[in-house]
Amino acid sequence: MSGVGTQRATASLRHRLAERGVDPALLLLVPGLVVAVALFVYPFSYGIGLTIQPTAAMQEQWGGGIFANYVAFFSDPFVFDSVGLTMRLALPAALFNVLASVPVAMVLRHRFRGKRLLTSLLVLPITLGTVLTAQGLLIFAGRQGWLNRALLEIGLIDEPLQLVNNYLGVMFSLVITGFPFAFLLISSYLSGIDPSLEQAAKTLGAGWWQRFRRIVLPLLAPGLATTFVLTFVLAFSVFPSARLVGDAMGETRVMSLMAFRAFGEQNDYAMASTIALMMGAVELIVVVAVLGLRSLLYRGTTGGKG
Amino acid sequence: MGDFESLELRGVGRRFGGVDALSGLDLTIKSGEFVALLGPSGCGKSTALNCLAGLLPLTHGEILLDGRRIDTLPPERRGFGMVFQSYALFPHLSVEKNVAFGLQMQGLPRAEIDSRVREAISLVKLGEHAKKLPGQLSGGQQQRVAIARAVVLEPSLVLMDEPLSNLDAKLRLDMRTEIRRLHQSLGLTTIYVTHDQEEALSLADRLVVMREGRVQQVGTPDELYESPTSWYVADFMGYRNILPATVVSTSGGEVVVALPGTAGDGVRLTGRAVGALGAGDRVRVAVRPEDFVVSTGSTSGNGSTSGAGSIPGAVSVVEYHGREHAVGVQTGDTMLHARTPAAPQVGGSVWLTAPVERVLVFPEALDAVVPQEVAA
Repeated sequence: MSGVGTQRATASLRHRLAERGVDPALLLLVPGLVVAVALFVYPFSYGIGLTIQPTAAMQEQWGGGIFANYVAFFSDPFVFDSVGLTMRLALPAALFNVLASVPVAMVLRHRFRGKRLLTSLLVLPITLGTVLTAQGLLIFAGRQGWLNRALLEIGLIDEPLQLVNNYLGVMFSLVITGFPFAFLLISSYLSGIDPSLEQAAKTLGAGWWQRFRRIVLPLLAPGLATTFVLTFVLAFSVFPSARLVGDAMGETRVMSLMAFRAFGEQNDYAMASTIALMMGAVELIVVVAVLGLRSLLYRGTTGGKG
Repeated sequence: MGDFESLELRGVGRRFGGVDALSGLDLTIKSGEFVALLGPSGCGKSTALNCLAGLLPLTHGEILLDGRRIDTLPPERRGFGMVFQSYALFPHLSVEKNVAFGLQMQGLPRAEIDSRVREAISLVKLGEHAKKLPGQLSGGQQQRVAIARAVVLEPSLVLMDEPLSNLDAKLRLDMRTEIRRLHQSLGLTTIYVTHDQEEALSLADRLVVMREGRVQQVGTPDELYESPTSWYVADFMGYRNILPATVVSTSGGEVVVALPGTAGDGVRLTGRAVGALGAGDRVRVAVRPEDFVVSTGSTSGNGSTSGAGSIPGAVSVVEYHGREHAVGVQTGDTMLHARTPAAPQVGGSVWLTAPVERVLVFPEALDAVVPQEVAA
């Protein structure tokens, strides 16, 4: 800027501001900012504030002064173990949803009879709420559910399989709600890859596995990472199904349940906020790690319409 | 892989949902030939290329390489190189790695891959860009990478699908020369698809003009340029004036036709008949713009004085083209195109005449034309 100092800009102030991106269009940000501050920034800050106002009982039990809640979170195995329990559900569920979506989305790129029907069936569960899914799972896969009854009837099993009210039940629920989401995302990433790239690889002598491994996968990888992050966050905050089709005080004692317990049963808002905050922290660590890995990948154009 | 004697297409056809995109394509290509498939979009030329590459299965006919059927082989086992219209470079791989891809698929030793890649990249003059990603290159450079990637495998056949259509006019000329140079210096056999007659004429040893999935004419550039067998081919070969007319009389190879659409009903032209014509037949008359002589005033006026007859009209457009002017002459409902060294006055009245042997008269029906194969 100093170089042009001798020659004073003749453009009006408005023009010069616009040049730096300052113009009346910025006012369009105001409603969004108001909503963000009112519904997110303020409550979030308030929540953080709460975490450093532990109850007297907490301070007495765990020490640590205003950080008693954090001390409690890391020292109380009943609370802290929920991190691992949630991870044990969310990581495999997200991984499965992403990995299972890839072949399905690959196949559904081609045109064939019944493709629309199949796609609709795969995506339909996204419209079901988690509560409805849980209800369905209980009726279908419960001890008295008709899956078990049918299997008993045809003599395949001697006693009912324990498919709900445990780890498996929650996993089923996470897959049912998470898979359509992952599938839709990955389908759109795939459609962004120019089909002529694969044709070119074909004419260069690459078989299907080499085409997938060398061309499609590297171009899809950033999309897979993004999809993983989103499905992981979705699965990590599991609450209704952990309670309804899980084992709420046992192997599916997830973090959101612990936060709810502190809030609803113990009336300890401060501890509930602490658990919620730590939940966010764990998610953030995973998201940052995955996105960090993603930044190492090729992220340019993929030639297609996407 | 490697050399072959001849590639033979026998009755090759492809149907899409009940519509023939390509039918009855018979063509024999000898090693070292440069064959261009020419036609407008939707004429089946790209379909033919994709069938050859194996990217589209045939619905009819067979493809033989030295008598061995190859149309049943998957594309990855045909060993043909293909250059795509969109280049189809792998965006996540550097220029080097794009070029090396095919060699790696063949499982060649690393040292050989490296030296052949380096050779191919220097062949297309991209040595300094070897480490760049395709996205960092210009359109012409990307196109050269695509060509290097195809020819590094020393394929028996190189298929090119409108490779220059995404380049600007000047670059297109340069790349055209480049492609011809590579074809000759590497002794390639090339099949080249284009809708640009100039490109086809300048590059190919032999042209195949296609329409609605069928071959219209096969021949050397010279044969097609000088003696098209239908007005459709003539249209592609620069006969910009194609006029509907009716035969008045015939004598020997010469026909007199009446142009209905022109001013002063009953303008007659004499031309050379292509195919059998009789009085009363509906025909199309084809004349190149550069074969028209534009004269002003009444010196050559009265129609009957010059050999082929002359067409009166009014100058409506004059374009400057350097050494000459392109002139649009409105006559009745039709606009005729002519070329002249001196620019006539816009709005002035002129006469257009053309030598008899430069006026070609074709039957109107295109289906009557039997495609003829001319040996190269």
